[in-house]
Amino acid sequence: MIPHDETMILETPFYSRCLAACEINLWEDWKGYRSAQAYTSVEQEYFAVRSNTGVFDISPMIKYRFIGPDAGAYLNRLLTRDISKIAIDRVAYTVWCDDEGQVMDDGTIFHLGENDYRLCAYARCLDWLMWSAEGFDVTIFDETADIAALAVQGPTSCAVFKNMGFTGIENLKPFGITRYPFEGSEVMISRTGFTGDLGYEIWIEPALAEAFWDQLFAAGKLRGIRAIGSAALDMLRTETGFLQAGVDFVPAEEAIRNGRSRSPFELGLGWLVSFDKPVFNGRKALLKEKKEGSRYAFVYLDVEGNKPAEHAFIYAGNKEVGTVTTAAWCPTAKSNIAFAQVDAKYGKVGQELVAEIYYERELKWTRLMAKCTVVEGAVFNPPRKRQTPAADF
Amino acid sequence: MTKKYDAIIIGAGHNGLTNAAYLAKAGLNVLVLEKNAYIGGATVSRELYPNWKYSNCSYVCSLLRPEIIRDLELPRHGLQVVPYGGGVTFKENGDYYGNHADHERLLREVARHSKRDASAYERYEADVMKQTRLIRPFLMRTPPDPTSLKPRDLKELAVLAKSFGSMGEEGLADTMRFWTMSIGDFLDEYFESDVIKAHLAGSGIIGTALGVYSPGTAYVLLHHYMGDVDGSVGAWGFARGGMGSVAAALSKSFQSFGGTIQCGAEVDQIIVKNGKAKGVALANGDELHADIVVSNLDPKRTFLKIMDEGDLPADVVTKAKNFKIRGSSGKLNIALDGLPTFTGLPKESPLCLGEKHFSDSLPKMERAYDDWKAETWSKDPYVDMLIPTQIDPTMAPPGKHMMSVFVQYAPPKVNGGDWTAEDKAGFEKTVLDQISNFSPDFKDLILHCETRTPKDIEDEVGLTEGNIFMGELTFDQLLFNRPFPGYAQYRGPVKGMYMCSSGTHPGGGVMAAPGANAAREILMDLKLNNTVPGGYDDD
Repeated sequence: MIPHDETMILETPFYSRCLAACEINLWEDWKGYRSAQAYTSVEQEYFAVRSNTGVFDISPMIKYRFIGPDAGAYLNRLLTRDISKIAIDRVAYTVWCDDEGQVMDDGTIFHLGENDYRLCAYARCLDWLMWSAEGFDVTIFDETADIAALAVQGPTSCAVFKNMGFTGIENLKPFGITRYPFEGSEVMISRTGFTGDLGYEIWIEPALAEAFWDQLFAAGKLRGIRAIGSAALDMLRTETGFLQAGVDFVPAEEAIRNGRSRSPFELGLGWLVSFDKPVFNGRKALLKEKKEGSRYAFVYLDVEGNKPAEHAFIYAGNKEVGTVTTAAWCPTAKSNIAFAQVDAKYGKVGQELVAEIYYERELKWTRLMAKCTVVEGAVFNPPRKRQTPAADF
Repeated sequence: MTKKYDAIIIGAGHNGLTNAAYLAKAGLNVLVLEKNAYIGGATVSRELYPNWKYSNCSYVCSLLRPEIIRDLELPRHGLQVVPYGGGVTFKENGDYYGNHADHERLLREVARHSKRDASAYERYEADVMKQTRLIRPFLMRTPPDPTSLKPRDLKELAVLAKSFGSMGEEGLADTMRFWTMSIGDFLDEYFESDVIKAHLAGSGIIGTALGVYSPGTAYVLLHHYMGDVDGSVGAWGFARGGMGSVAAALSKSFQSFGGTIQCGAEVDQIIVKNGKAKGVALANGDELHADIVVSNLDPKRTFLKIMDEGDLPADVVTKAKNFKIRGSSGKLNIALDGLPTFTGLPKESPLCLGEKHFSDSLPKMERAYDDWKAETWSKDPYVDMLIPTQIDPTMAPPGKHMMSVFVQYAPPKVNGGDWTAEDKAGFEKTVLDQISNFSPDFKDLILHCETRTPKDIEDEVGLTEGNIFMGELTFDQLLFNRPFPGYAQYRGPVKGMYMCSSGTHPGGGVMAAPGANAAREILMDLKLNNTVPGGYDDD
């Protein structure tokens, strides 16, 4: 019997440090954990990542572990990507679908060792993972609370780690994993993140979390390191074109209204689907969709003007063809970007559309019909993101 | 003595009052007759111990249609529904499951019992929500007659078909399962933790003479989930001042339209002449006349007690006899000298504000049902216990508390005979003992206890066998089969005679929808303008 605890909201292993850094006391609930929306100023936090180093506490992120001789085979059945191509100490972005080929969630799969994987997810899905595990020799468990994790992102992040003594970290390739000794134990570092910049994520046992934070911030002091909250992260991920589950799509299992979930193709994530695999969840439905066509297309829109197209309806001529799911003015790219779902036939790059934008200035609302163009992809995509060895910037 | 009204409604329960209010609003001269000295039927609060108010039948509010609350201006007439959150199921081993109102907190608590169940819970919630969304739009609609070719029935059937169609293949398959499966089998498909299943299963058996593994109980759970408090679907609340304030607000609304209520007026007979309803004869010999007579009594009582079999088609008499309205529950209403302590649960816990249960597994609940089948009260009953005075300050003096204990199961007859005083005392002791097993100071705080067996509820309120829903909510008695096939559109078998009780669509639970829907049909027959609002759109 696990004792009952009376805590209404959980604290992450870095909480004492987050609390000290949080000058404006702006918190939110992230999967039951107290998580900072902003520490000082959203703008400064955003620019910390684009110009220096920003640190985001990702400990609440749902983490599942898969260990056993069939772990790889099992994940190949679960995920749309071909897991056999993900080498040990490599990470891959992926989605997983239900049997109707609808996206249940997106996340990252870490190949930690022989027959050993970790999946980071937005939504809880242990139940679905267990369903899919019938017949496979694999042990699956939720290790969310067992691992403390930080995203350390920005052009000076590599230099900060070098300052910490992580020699050779600059040679870690994007989506690579490496490990360093830390305080008699070990810290795992992956070159991954949700900001589209040079950056890393660190994974450590909770008991060492505070010590790691302290050493990290000491090492980054002269490199402009700063804790960032979810508001800044949202701007960063938008600028670089990353989808957010629950915002840009409804995880299939949470969708109540029939037809509100989306397939990978409808989210512009067809490249994650590997039909070479003979079996995986949703394959049959996705093959059918591939043959017969999708209902929707996910598009990046370059919106004319500087008014963010939040919640805008999208028109082709006079016909309403879709809606915006995410929109923001991008401070670094200096562009006005929107993610939208539109009827499939309006999703081609170069398609001209119109966004119906409402904006308010001192209680005066203005309706704006802004021209927009479907563009290829993320507007922020700097070479430093991929450059290896990572530069010092 | 005779007097003529446009319409007479028999029974001043919430449906009778709702029906009366809409008829009066349309300009009719309406009389509501109530056998008791007070209104409300089972929507009642009574001072049975000085300074304490007991909602001694229905005790919580969620299904009462928001369209009616707004349209009849019930808030202006004094109705306020305050939501409560949370709930607890105590386990035999000293632990408990806390059904927190906060979503993430709830999932963490589920995970404490089973991490897998926390993930299953979100799927379960979405699946239940899908099904309630199918039903909710039909609460304020008259069920179509599936054999009729009338344009209105065809239109309504088309609406029904469209709703089913919009569920998608899997959603529709789930609908069939939900309407036919047992709640036990259903929950077994989602959860592995006994206590979580037990906590959720309660809504599948409340007021129903079926066990957690009896087919049909999954729908009964849906019935408890399809209400809302201010749009929060599935939430429940307390009517401030007790459930009697629902009836009080309805009666004020009715009276504001010029209606008359007469208490202490028991109807002996609906008068039928030449195949037409003509009024009622009271037990005291008085006759009251009206061309519209609406029965808010349950179908059995309506057709077998206050109508002459000779006035009715034979099939109606048979159908009324066969109507399933079995007594399955009792109630304890307790005045407490203070707030009882529950082992392991801090008094400050927000969980204390919600309902408490003491059955921690489905087999235990099924055994409670076995006792009912053996014609005795459950020796280890499922109880739904609340202390509304933690939220509603009007029910007891400050610092004192009122406890409402709904008890499942209690049979209409004990071992084939009527309830004796000894039986009743035994029933009461069983329940008090169960609670005190989890609350050592509970018994010492009891100032007064009103114990109600199904027989007491029948005798006082008039619900046959004390069945709280006026007929079981199983698929065979729902939609166009409620109360019987051919009579689901609120019209009785005699011209001018109507039904508006919870025995008609969409059933019980203090919805007021049957009363409103029946009024719409009556006004249509009278070719008067409809005063009954349509249902809110869920999207």
